[in-house]
Amino acid sequence: MASLTIRNLNKSFGSVAVLKGIDLEVKTGEFVVLVGPSGCGKSTLLAMIAGLESVSSGEIRIGDRVVNGVPPKDRDIAMVFQSYALYPTMTVRANITFGMESRGVPKQARAEALARVAGLLQIESLLGRKPSQLSGGQRQRVAMGRALVRDPALFLFDEPLSNLDAKLRVEMRTEIKKLYQRLNKTTIYVTHDQVEAMTLASRIAVMHQGRLQQFAEPRTVYDRPANMFVAGFMGSPSMNFLPAQIAVSGPAAVVLAESEGQAMRLPLPDKVVASAGEGRRVVLGIRPENLTRYDRGRTEEKPYLGTIQAPVEVVEPTGAETITIVRIGSREVIACFEPDAAPAVGETVTLAVDMAKACLFDPETEMLI
Amino acid sequence: MTFGFVSGAPNQSRPLRERLTAIMPQLVLGPSLLASFIYVFVFSGWTIWISLSNSTILPDYSIAGFHQYVELWSNERWRIAYTNLFLFSSLYVVGTTAIGLFLAILIDQRIRAEALWRTIYLYPLAVSFIVTGTVWRWLLSPSTGIESLVHQLGWTSFKFDWLVNREMAIYTVVITGIWQASGFVMALFLAGLRSVDPDLIKAAQIDGASMPRIYRRIILPAIGPIFVAVLVVLLQSAIKIFDLVIALTGGGPGIATTVPSIYVYDLIFQRGQMAEGAAAAMMILFALSLVLVPYMIWSNWRQRREAGRA
Amino acid sequence: MPDVAAYDPLGVAGTWRRRRAKLVVYVLLGLFALYYVVPLAIVVLNSFRSLPDFSRNGLISLPHSFSLEYWSLAWSKFCVGGTCKGIEPFFYNSVAMVVPATIISTAIGSLNGYVLSKWRFTGSEILFGLMTLGVFMPGQMVLLPWARVLGLLGLSNTIAGLVLIHCVQGLSFTTLFCRNYYVNIPDDLIKAARIDGAGFWRIFRKIVLPLSPPILIVTVIWQFTNIWNEFLFAVIFSSGTNQPITAALVALSAGGMAVHQYGIESAAVLMAALPPLLVYLFGGRYFLRGLTQGAIK
Repeated sequence: MASLTIRNLNKSFGSVAVLKGIDLEVKTGEFVVLVGPSGCGKSTLLAMIAGLESVSSGEIRIGDRVVNGVPPKDRDIAMVFQSYALYPTMTVRANITFGMESRGVPKQARAEALARVAGLLQIESLLGRKPSQLSGGQRQRVAMGRALVRDPALFLFDEPLSNLDAKLRVEMRTEIKKLYQRLNKTTIYVTHDQVEAMTLASRIAVMHQGRLQQFAEPRTVYDRPANMFVAGFMGSPSMNFLPAQIAVSGPAAVVLAESEGQAMRLPLPDKVVASAGEGRRVVLGIRPENLTRYDRGRTEEKPYLGTIQAPVEVVEPTGAETITIVRIGSREVIACFEPDAAPAVGETVTLAVDMAKACLFDPETEMLI
Repeated sequence: MTFGFVSGAPNQSRPLRERLTAIMPQLVLGPSLLASFIYVFVFSGWTIWISLSNSTILPDYSIAGFHQYVELWSNERWRIAYTNLFLFSSLYVVGTTAIGLFLAILIDQRIRAEALWRTIYLYPLAVSFIVTGTVWRWLLSPSTGIESLVHQLGWTSFKFDWLVNREMAIYTVVITGIWQASGFVMALFLAGLRSVDPDLIKAAQIDGASMPRIYRRIILPAIGPIFVAVLVVLLQSAIKIFDLVIALTGGGPGIATTVPSIYVYDLIFQRGQMAEGAAAAMMILFALSLVLVPYMIWSNWRQRREAGRA
Repeated sequence: MPDVAAYDPLGVAGTWRRRRAKLVVYVLLGLFALYYVVPLAIVVLNSFRSLPDFSRNGLISLPHSFSLEYWSLAWSKFCVGGTCKGIEPFFYNSVAMVVPATIISTAIGSLNGYVLSKWRFTGSEILFGLMTLGVFMPGQMVLLPWARVLGLLGLSNTIAGLVLIHCVQGLSFTTLFCRNYYVNIPDDLIKAARIDGAGFWRIFRKIVLPLSPPILIVTVIWQFTNIWNEFLFAVIFSSGTNQPITAALVALSAGGMAVHQYGIESAAVLMAALPPLLVYLFGGRYFLRGLTQGAIK
């Protein structure tokens, strides 16, 4: 039985359609991340699951119960907000027990639940303080405590890490992951940060302009993105897109357009050419980490490795790797080099292209071929 | 950002012009400062002096001690005046705050035509107390106003003569005062309610709290400082109340609704008791400072606490 | 990005319950609105009714007569305090008092606010505090001293005297408003201008003044309304035909012995109330801002 089922969900504010035809099925114990750029509708979708927004059309089920129109308190959910929404005039203890109090849970049970959660999140020493006396990370933990104490069927997170600085964000991300591994609660997590999505999710739902673009495991979303939007959104630095054409003659390959005279052929698996069709115009998608320095002696001989010569324009060392912008034809292409093998600006470098990892997209529909 | 010109001027005529420019801010501020200083300190000082003297119709500058204050407090009429003040202030503050808060909560419920409602509740503020008092006097007078209307509608035993009733007249002042000020209080509360993070309400709804509970435990405590500001403003205006009473009841019937500020006016201009009037004015100032000084201290303390935490 | 509507807490329980809740809200709002609007409506209606109509039907009733004459009578013919020129002269007295006082106190207040926020010097904060003390002074404390001062200056019982009083007292308010507003103008603007060589007056004219309209409107509205509606000083420091309209109103409607000409009195009251009401209707937003700023000090 799925923990959460969404069928053909639509939402409009007035005449503006914000969500279009969303279908989603979340299994019990899954950690699903809704990811997408601002305005894609992910927060609205979360609000509708929580019952804070009404449904325009479609169905939402929690467990096997249809919850359209059911008020939030009856849906057996808990939510952590981006701003944490801790009640400012109450102590941490009161914040966590407020919900139980409102629902009439007896005092003893409240105290037990509080102790359990406080121990789990290590916030025992903070119980007497007010939210204004806590640091960002502490507030986040209290917010999670408030959600955990309900022991609900569904956990909802609305961009909980966005308000933290970069370092704290990474720390808290790991804490959330550890907590999930321990408790295994069904979770719906909204973020605009694709790194959070990749690291936390058991499955990722990528959204764009109100539609679900792809719903799959992180590995799949990364390696076989359903369309160019997903391909460009996931992964940083983002995927390179080059217009090309499947070779008409010769061994299975794709020929890059705008090659300025010299033809750039890159090998492809035969079956890809067969299903795509010879001579077809495509967009070749290749991630920067699959474009490295070609070194005859040292580069592993992978199947389907192509080479390209390209002049280097910008070099950006990040420490762990060196991001390089090269020019192929008229386009700027991003490649990743090992710091030791980094090229110099102006140098014409030979790139090794791992075509096994390449993706082909239809130029019109932008879908994966 | 401080002002300072380093003048290394070579010739003699330069320094004067530059000196003038250098103190331009002080020059500009000067006259106003002087006027304010005189207005606040010299005037108060003068009034305090007079209150300690024997002045009647004309000022007499010899100090005679505190006997004007003793005289004042032993006066029946003064006692009526400040009893009225207490009664009026408490009802006025409570009533205006309650209605203002209630209206603000209603308007905060995402209703349409909000501007219309706000205009309706707020316009009394643009109206002079004199106009308000006059209009309500017409409405409340037994022979021609509400009582008369109800009689005409058939209910002839209805009595609503508060305006001319010694015991009840002060309550007409309360009703009218609330009419005038509740819109303002509503505006303040509305601004406060709007500043509450909507996520707090969402979280509370998920937690299972009903709307009344949410208001009681979360929203209203969050706008606590606004209650304080409202209290201070209303108390201030209650202590100073004059125009409204003059227009509504003239202080009557008899002296049933007299208030301290009317008594001051009376003492100075009708009875030629300048010194006693000054003493009464000092009592008004004293009452005001009882409200304002704690408020300023509290507000200062709060500011410092917020700055320390930021 | 699609505009997400503001959160509606009443909307979570489904459409039907939300509609019912909203209905209750509107009904309550309407009931309260009556409390505020009915007095005004009654006075407006009464300004068109004849004396016999009042004798027969009382003050609160639907009009049984209609005439516009009471308005013109109130304006130019009605007898108030000895003279029978209507409230026209008193109206103009008020105008002659309010307009200069508003303009002067606003202008000086804005300059003061500018100095206190952008040209701070040692002790300027304390001086600011002192100036704003004037806001809290009760009128009764300064009655006697003002009487003395006006006497000394030969301004007793003149409109000019009232203008002086309101200017000095208004200064505290206007300085407070303007200073709190100017504090929000980035200091960097001033610094950049000084590097460019601009001095005190140039900066005021070219930078601060163009940014001032919002606060100037608030200040003008606040001053206009308060000075026009003021009564205590109006009645004490003027008499006879020199009185502003608030004082004349009390004389007018106190009447005492004579039969009350309710139609004329209603029209007179409305005319007295009209200028600030109009200002409020057209500048309502700014009016509100002035109130909330002034109160939250």
